[in-house]
Amino acid sequence: MERVSLLTDVRRTNDEVAAENQAIFRSMATLTVNLMSAPGAGKTTVLESTILRLGSHYRLAVIEGDLQTSIDSERILALGVPAHQITTGTVCHLDARMVRKAIAEFPLERVDVLFIENVGNLVCPAEFNLGEDLRVIVYSVVEGVEKPKKYPLMFHKADAVLLNKIDLIPYAGVELEELRKNVIEVNPRAAIFPISCRTGEGLEMWTQFLTVRIGAHKATATESV
Amino acid sequence: MHELSIAESILDLAVEEAKKRNSTAVVTIKLRLGEFTGVAREALEFGFEIARQDTLAERAVLEIEVVPLKTRCPLCGLIGRPIDDFCLLCAACGSPMEIISGREMQVEYLELAEAEQSAIVTGDE
Repeated sequence: MERVSLLTDVRRTNDEVAAENQAIFRSMATLTVNLMSAPGAGKTTVLESTILRLGSHYRLAVIEGDLQTSIDSERILALGVPAHQITTGTVCHLDARMVRKAIAEFPLERVDVLFIENVGNLVCPAEFNLGEDLRVIVYSVVEGVEKPKKYPLMFHKADAVLLNKIDLIPYAGVELEELRKNVIEVNPRAAIFPISCRTGEGLEMWTQFLTVRIGAHKATATESV
Repeated sequence: MHELSIAESILDLAVEEAKKRNSTAVVTIKLRLGEFTGVAREALEFGFEIARQDTLAERAVLEIEVVPLKTRCPLCGLIGRPIDDFCLLCAACGSPMEIISGREMQVEYLELAEAEQSAIVTGDE
């Protein structure tokens, strides 16, 4: 019998495809955002609100991930933004290979920002890199204050957390500061944005954050050419 | 659940290596699995039982070493072990801690049957 030392990360295959995706995005100077949340937190609505504010300044595109239906991609298409739907059937998360296949079928010509709306799930998407630049979680105030503690890995890996539906705070019986504190404890570095897609409150800070990131991304892309 | 696809990735790695070395069977797969990964050990073992069927690893044992989650404060050096209550703020000085172990998902080594050994041996031991 032979012992063979491997020391290989199991995530290697997905990470390799993710790295290829990232190289493709970089070559097109496309900032890529992996948008994740529990089901119903408001990812698609956040995208609609973001598109309404940034769509006339930047070229946007969206890849939608759901188990079934093209309902979400149709909402995006209705706003005049290119959208491609991935229906996974039973798979609970998007992986790099699915995104790679989507890019091949959905040519991204000079897109400034590609949003990838992941399957609604706070567990599985955490371990699957897609080749994204930013990982953003939508966490609505009506989900309870303990979500970051219950799903620490997901929240720990986020670059930004959008505290959504703040217009419902009086009815949810929560304090914004407690939500913020619970996010910070699992992720001291995340940028936190309290927002309401319904009233528009807080959205300007979020879109400004994106604008800065778009600019920085383009500057890096130009340097490496 | 995705533990099945993780089990398949582990098996792909092992079988690929076994084929490269002309081995006819994977005997053991040693996995280092961090506490802070999105993988549940029992679900992974279950997925492994399913995924290993009809492969070179169909009789392989998956040995899992669980690597504990440890954090360290870069400012005051405090070592933490935030299990059940994940908090990255240092209890001593409030600084953000860094994770120093617990994120591993590594196939450390394989034990492979050599091509000759898995053939029937007759004669002297």
